[in-house]
Parts: sequence; structure tokens; C-alpha cells
Amino acid sequence: MAMNYEIRLSGSGGQGLILAGIILARAAVIEKRRVTQTQSYGPESRGGYSRADVIISDDEIFFPEATNFNCLLALTQEACDVYLYDLRDNGILIIDTTFVKNLALAAENTYEVPFTDIAQEKLGSPITTNIMSLAFLVQITGIVKPESLKQSIAESVKPAFVDVNYKAMELGFELAKKYKK
Amino acid sequence: MPKKEIKSKAAPKPKKESIAVKPESKLSELEATRERKNVLMQGNEAVAYGALDAGVNFFAGYPITPSTEVAEILAAELPKRGGTFIQMEDEIASICAITGASLAGAKSLTATSGPGFSLMQEGIGFAKITETPCVVVNVQRMGPSTGMPTSPAQGDMMQAKWGSHGDSPAIVLYPATVKESYELTIRAVNLSEKYRTCVILLLDEVIGHMREAVKLPDMANVRVINRIKPTVPPHWYKHYDENQKYLSPLASYGEGYRFHVTGLTHDSHGFPTNKSSEAAEMMARLRKKIDYNIRDLVQIESYQMEDAKIAIFTAGITARAAKAAIAMARYEGIKVGLLRPLTIWPFPDDAVRKMLRNVETVIVPELNQGQLIHEIQRLTKDKSDGNLIPIQRVDGQLITPNDILRKIKEVS
Repeated sequence: MAMNYEIRLSGSGGQGLILAGIILARAAVIEKRRVTQTQSYGPESRGGYSRADVIISDDEIFFPEATNFNCLLALTQEACDVYLYDLRDNGILIIDTTFVKNLALAAENTYEVPFTDIAQEKLGSPITTNIMSLAFLVQITGIVKPESLKQSIAESVKPAFVDVNYKAMELGFELAKKYKK
Repeated sequence: MPKKEIKSKAAPKPKKESIAVKPESKLSELEATRERKNVLMQGNEAVAYGALDAGVNFFAGYPITPSTEVAEILAAELPKRGGTFIQMEDEIASICAITGASLAGAKSLTATSGPGFSLMQEGIGFAKITETPCVVVNVQRMGPSTGMPTSPAQGDMMQAKWGSHGDSPAIVLYPATVKESYELTIRAVNLSEKYRTCVILLLDEVIGHMREAVKLPDMANVRVINRIKPTVPPHWYKHYDENQKYLSPLASYGEGYRFHVTGLTHDSHGFPTNKSSEAAEMMARLRKKIDYNIRDLVQIESYQMEDAKIAIFTAGITARAAKAAIAMARYEGIKVGLLRPLTIWPFPDDAVRKMLRNVETVIVPELNQGQLIHEIQRLTKDKSDGNLIPIQRVDGQLITPNDILRKIKEVS
């Protein structure tokens, strides 16, 4: 049975997680891997729950939703609490400590980074938290190459916003190098 | 006195201004520049591009989650190709508009979801009785009523067949991947043109919104079927010509042919009738064009069924969960396979009978409270409950591979 690499990006509506999922999936397409990207969200455009699943594989992907994650990114306390237990034993957990204050699981591969605070401080707005945390995830997991992510961002966001997203991406890469164990 | 011009025996040529005529040069130019490389694509996008590649040049609709992207893309793309996009005031108007456009020669399509699909039912019946080609895409969401707009359900399978009043057969296709959404959209348009009827394409919310890597085929490899045009002169034309293997030619308004279209039971010229013999003839035509061509209509995927003792029968997204479950079960040595209809109506009776002969147990997972399972029950000789096992879920979440695996282990 082929191994799928399952990633869940979770948080609340408005944090840009579905866009992050699309960018990650597109980066995998650039590398000619097989990929599915699904999402689940409430009817509201801000607030409420939101998640994006990306499965990357070299073989046919049957079920397109992540059920047993290799990597979980949680940007809110609720998302972290709900999805934590579906993380694989050796799975990678990345949490935004700006919002996640209480971690119910002590796993070895846990990365606690105040993404939103850093985005606010270094880039003047929390709006690029999604790209920063995605770049962090890519650097930590190595699931796609950083260049592919860069190309994917350029293909996925409006030209006017490419530069600010590149800045956020570089910041994410740097953070990952600092945090990497 | 000059002699009156004798009517030509040959069929008149369509006028250049007719809605059916595409600006060829511009279209081929667009097709040549279209990127056909591996791209990340949504199910709804695939439907829109499938419609364009099948030659759809008219869309009327009322955008609704989770089908909105179909309308969104066609609103941008159709005008570029000389096609027409209209946002109507509601779904009743939408189905009427695509039926009318089709009678004027356009290849037409609309996209909606459950609430809109309910409103369209009368119009779908009208398209069927008037034998007008058109395609309705229904990206199913959780119901009843407005339900949960962004949650998946497979609740419209029976509605797709029986939703419109009166008794009429249906052609309903059901894809499971993004690539298949593209292929089955083309097939839906082709079948509608070939059989002169309203064809329904059912998608799951998850398929419509899901993104996958897809490489669309070059236009040269796309099989497109166009309606048969009459070759007789206008005064010989019958709008419902019953002689030709139930596949009858269709004239368009504006081509010189005069014909009457009504939702009332009609004779072969299209005029209302109350004669029971003519009514029986008309109903038989509608039935036979499906029944006599069932091998052309039915499409089925048989996955690891050769040695299976347990079969899973399901369509769409649930079939993908089933495949994942099969992979896990086979790893543990359990002989299980999947039978998946790509055409759910007409129902693949023969394939299901064969499956029932060869396996001991059938599991039917579906995102509703039991719809496809009734069809299996209808074909089961052994009416005891023990070997027909439902898995049903209606909370807006998907049936997961583990749900199915658990059931497989229970019965194996």
C-alpha cells in the first residue's frame, strides 16, 4: 500500500487556510506529485471553523480527506483540541501559540511558534500568518521544495500581493531553521 | 405571370446569425492557446471546462453553493467564444431558458444544487416530454431544504430519477474524481444531444470543491456528439420522428422548419392529443430510447471484483472511501471489491445481478438514509437482511475508509 502524506491546516475562517492549502497542493503539482486538496468550512467568510486538507502521494489517492495526519497545523485553540488526537504517533504538530494556550498532548515533534504575533510585529499585519506558517511547515516537513512553494505562491496570489507573501515566506523559512531540532 | 418559386427539396441551411453558429476562427484560436498541462483543478472547474469542450454555448443559471464556480467560469469564458451567459432570476427561469435556447440550436447547460434542483423539476419534465437536449448539473449539498450549503450529502439520487412528476426515464451520471467530472460532463452533453433529453450530472459537494492534479486531453482527443439534423424538406419534417431507432433528428428554430412544442402529450408533429393510442406511442418512445440503448448508457467500474466475497456498491465520493477501505482490507487478506456505477440511472441491473451471483455479502455505503440500497434490494432474490448491509451517514460528514473497513471486518 502506498504511503500518503496527509496534512491538515486548521483554524478559523479568515485566516487564509484554504488558500494555504491550495498553494501547498499547487507546489506539489509543480513537482509532478499526485495531490488532492479538500476543505471544510462554515457558511461565514470570517469566524467559524475552517480547515484544508492536502494529501500528497506518488500513487493514486483514494480518499481525499486527511484522516490520520502526518502533519497538523493548528492556528486556534478549538482546532488544536478537536484534531489533535488524529495525529499519527510520530506526526508533526505545529501550533500558533498566539491563540493556542493549552496543549493537551505532549508529542515529541511539536513546534510552538507565536506566528500571528510575529506577523504583526515583523510585517505589520497578521494577514500573512497563513503563508508564514505554511513556509514553516514546508521547511520542517520537507514535503515540497522551497522553490516550488515560491513558484506556487506567485501562481496563486494576485501580482500586487506577491512581494508581501514572499516576505512572509522567507520569514517562515528563517523561523523554521531557528526552531528545527 | 412568373411562376411561384418551387420549394427546394433539400434541407435549408441555417442562417449565419443563428445562435447555434460559433465564431469558428476565434474558438479555434482559443483552443490552441489553452494550456493543456498538468494543473490543479477543482471539480466544478472541470465541469465548466468539460462543458466548453463539449461545445456548450449557452448557460443560464442562478449561482448557488456548492456549484457557484461552474457559473463563475462560464460567465467569463462563454462570451469569449461567442456563447451566451445569463444569470436568471431563479432556477425555474434557468431551466426554461436552457430548454428554449436548445430549441433554437444551442448546446445548453445549467448548474445548481439541491434547493435549485427541486425548483427545476417541472422544467426537467418539460425538456423530457419535448425531447429537448439539455444538461442539468446538480452539485449535491446537505438537505432537506437549504440544509448545510458547504456540507456533502448524496440525498438527490432518487430525486434525479423521480423528481419530476409523471413517469419518465432518466439519464443520470455520477463522477468520483475531478478528471471524471470533466469526462462525464462531456458525456452528459453528448448523451443529451444523442438521445434528445435532459441529462443530469450529479456531483458531491466534496468532488465539486476538491482540487486535484488534472491534465485535460487535447481537443483532438475529445469526442463530441452533435444532434442529428433533419435532411427532409421543411414540410415533411416531424418533430418527433419515431422511425429512426428512437434517435430522431432535431431541427432548430430559425432554420426554416416549423414545429410545435408543448408540455401536453403530443403526436409526432408536436400537437396536443388526447388519443390514448398516440399517448401510448409517445410514452413508449420516451421509454424505449433509454431501454433499447442501455448498453450505450450504462457505465460501470468494477474494482478488484474478480475474487471478491464481499462487494461494496456505491457511487461518487463514497466509492473513494470504499477503495481506500478495500486497500486496507486486502492487506489483511480479506477478499473485497467495489462495483461503482458511473451512470446511476438507468440502473445497471445486469452488472448488479452478476455481482449478486458471485458474492456473499454486499455493503452499500451512502450519504443518505438509504436510496441506492433499495435498487440492490429490488434485484436480490434472497430477501433476508443478513447479506445486504447499509452504512448511512447524514450529518454532513463523509463516510470514512475506517467506517467501511470496520463493517467489512464485521461481516468477513
